[in-house]
Amino acid sequence: MKLYSVSRRGLLKGGAVLGAGLAAPTIFTSRASAFTNEPTGSTVTLGFNVPQTGPYAEEGKDELRAQQLAVEHLNGEGDGGMLNTFSSKALQGNGILGKKVTFVTGDTQTKSDAARASAKSMIEKDGAIMINGGSSSGVAIAVQGLCQDAGVIFMAGLTHSNDTTGKDKKANGFRHFFNAYMSGAALAPVLKNAYGADRRAYHLTADYTWGWTQQESIVAATEGIGWETVETVLTPLASTDFSSYIAPVLNSGADVLVLNHYGGNMVNSLTQAVQFGLRDKTVNGKQFEIVVPLYSELMAKGAGENIKGVLGSMNWNWQLDDAGTKAFVQSFGKKYGFPPSNSAQTCYAQVILYADAVARAGSFNPCAVVEALEGGDSSLPGVSSAANKGFLFDGLGNGPTLYRSADHQCFKDVLVVKGRENPTTEYDTLEIVEKTPAAQVWYEPDHPMFAGGNLGTCNPGA
Amino acid sequence: MDAIILQLLNGLDKGSAYALIALGLSLIFGTLGVVNFAHGALFMIGAFCAVTLNKLFSLSTVTIDPTKKDFLGNPLQVKTPYLESWFGDFGAGLMDWSVPLSILFSIPIMLAIGFVMERGLIKHFYKRPHADQILVTFGLAIVLQEIVKAFYGANPISTPAPDLLKGSLDFGIILGFDPNAVIYPAWRFVYFLFAAVIIGGVFAFLQFTTFGMVVRAGMADRETVGLLGINIDRRFTIMFGLAAAVAGMAGVMYAPINSPNYHMGMDFLVLSFVVVVVGGMGSLTGAVAAGFLLGILESFASMNEVKSFFQSIMLPSIDQIIIYLVAVIILLTRPRGLMGRKGVMED
Repeated sequence: MKLYSVSRRGLLKGGAVLGAGLAAPTIFTSRASAFTNEPTGSTVTLGFNVPQTGPYAEEGKDELRAQQLAVEHLNGEGDGGMLNTFSSKALQGNGILGKKVTFVTGDTQTKSDAARASAKSMIEKDGAIMINGGSSSGVAIAVQGLCQDAGVIFMAGLTHSNDTTGKDKKANGFRHFFNAYMSGAALAPVLKNAYGADRRAYHLTADYTWGWTQQESIVAATEGIGWETVETVLTPLASTDFSSYIAPVLNSGADVLVLNHYGGNMVNSLTQAVQFGLRDKTVNGKQFEIVVPLYSELMAKGAGENIKGVLGSMNWNWQLDDAGTKAFVQSFGKKYGFPPSNSAQTCYAQVILYADAVARAGSFNPCAVVEALEGGDSSLPGVSSAANKGFLFDGLGNGPTLYRSADHQCFKDVLVVKGRENPTTEYDTLEIVEKTPAAQVWYEPDHPMFAGGNLGTCNPGA
Repeated sequence: MDAIILQLLNGLDKGSAYALIALGLSLIFGTLGVVNFAHGALFMIGAFCAVTLNKLFSLSTVTIDPTKKDFLGNPLQVKTPYLESWFGDFGAGLMDWSVPLSILFSIPIMLAIGFVMERGLIKHFYKRPHADQILVTFGLAIVLQEIVKAFYGANPISTPAPDLLKGSLDFGIILGFDPNAVIYPAWRFVYFLFAAVIIGGVFAFLQFTTFGMVVRAGMADRETVGLLGINIDRRFTIMFGLAAAVAGMAGVMYAPINSPNYHMGMDFLVLSFVVVVVGGMGSLTGAVAAGFLLGILESFASMNEVKSFFQSIMLPSIDQIIIYLVAVIILLTRPRGLMGRKGVMED
């Protein structure tokens, strides 16, 4: 008697179904929870995805220091830092919604695939409910997409490409850091005052998403003040010797070199441009100038004395004198012995903002968090726009700041900085030239530089 | 014309770095038959010798200035380098010239590192396949760069040239062009001269000394030289040390051009291997010639006019692929490279 029979076709079908089931990431399979990684115990886990190896490892370390400090402050340890100055008072120093905050870390290696893998691991294996950190727009866009699909919140770290909250924006993703458009809008008037309206600019640009959008933004902003763009040249991201790209600048007729480079690229291209004598040159009857639109304290240190007098922009600087900055610098400085970088500040602020949104929403559900961060009808003073709606806050170091609901981009004052001529300490590399008001760097959500994306709807995952 | 001369100078300068690293690689391959993927790390360690001496020279005494505040509002700690407080202007001069002085500092260090590397690790892989040698030396390179990162961090560290050589030279006047038409950094020109002296010195050492003659004989026929009662292994170990010292000095002098970081060796490694293969495995002259050739081609490929031309024939980003493109063409037409010898790497 034959009790059952197994056909070859049936076996193959069954095997395929079983294999697909086993292979499917757990984040895409259904579960009893209302949303991905719903915290059920007495703790809640945050995932800090920063570059711990690779060229931006120092920046990643600084982000991690700030994130750890934020966790301490959320759990009621230490001096409380910017929780004392934050305008929202929903956080009580007892964790988030009474759950003690713990964290896991991942290494982005400043590579999109590695960053996605580490974020995925933190979500699937460690139960992280929010991912924060990173030092590259390529990484931020990749991880933001993953978090959207996984149903967790992504609070971006250092990402300056317009695309992060432009064509690649996602409902589950939020950016506190400023962007390339804002750099252009803040820098242009200062450049006009410092160097005049009759200038010819030559751009060297890192050949990836951030470089392209920064070049587009700075070209538009400088042409808006009357400058002519002589040439735009893309340089390979892996370049270390820029001499063959700098040499053509000498006789191009340009009198300004704009370096759309970041990190090691910026250190090397600026150093080499100075070695080529560009800053000692007179062209068109004017002193030749170099502009570095995006500065970082850590990279400014690497460039040494070459940054003296070179203008650029920043999201934040430890030398600001508002109460939030003072509280953060004291807290960070006492713990680690040196002032925080602007990537540290943005990560700290993002962790606090996430925790505050959960507390205000009364839920860890990503959709409730998105609603809390979008904030309803608060608006930024001094800006007349239908899109001026979102969550308005203050006391996190940047003055009044709006998390705009339309694209999840923060709007706040932007700093224009300059390499200090006579630094008194090793941290004193940059000086603040101007604090550009948020209204001046405002743009509409449908601005052409940010067009093409769709925020979509929040994804709770489960 | 001025643009072409500028790119020629650039190419010679880039080629100097490629040639110096490739020369060391070829020396090691030609003598010991080892494909040393840790050679880039030796270049990086050389650059960090310059960083280290600079830091040693900058060791400071700390005094408190109550009139100034630090970032936490405490009285400012003012650092005065010991060299300056002990020797005044002479001490300041030593600090200013720390990079050239680092050459003397780096030679014994690099010789020692080369000796330890060869005796401690690489000699155990002489009779193993090239793939094993590549794996172990690549692993060693990663270990060395992680050690450097642990001590110095991942950020580039500014290591400036002496004030006297920081500026640029006006070659335009020398060559009969308008003033400022052909400006080139003084330190890069020094680097080119330095590379020429080192390359010339290595060739002269091999060509005109008894030691060099034995080494060349060993490179041609190791067994016969051994049968003559000469300890060729000891001489080859010394050559490994010499190759390490050449890479180290190249790194020291490169420190003011690119602020040293732990990854800089890897940035040069792949290109240098292409240079060695194009020059011909084991050929010292080929390595040097290919280094300069590829350096010059890479520079010309970065010119906007050249890029535009290749873009128009559907070949974008020629500056990024030129070296590999030329390598493919040369290896297709001359499979042993420009000056490769028969029988090398053909087993």
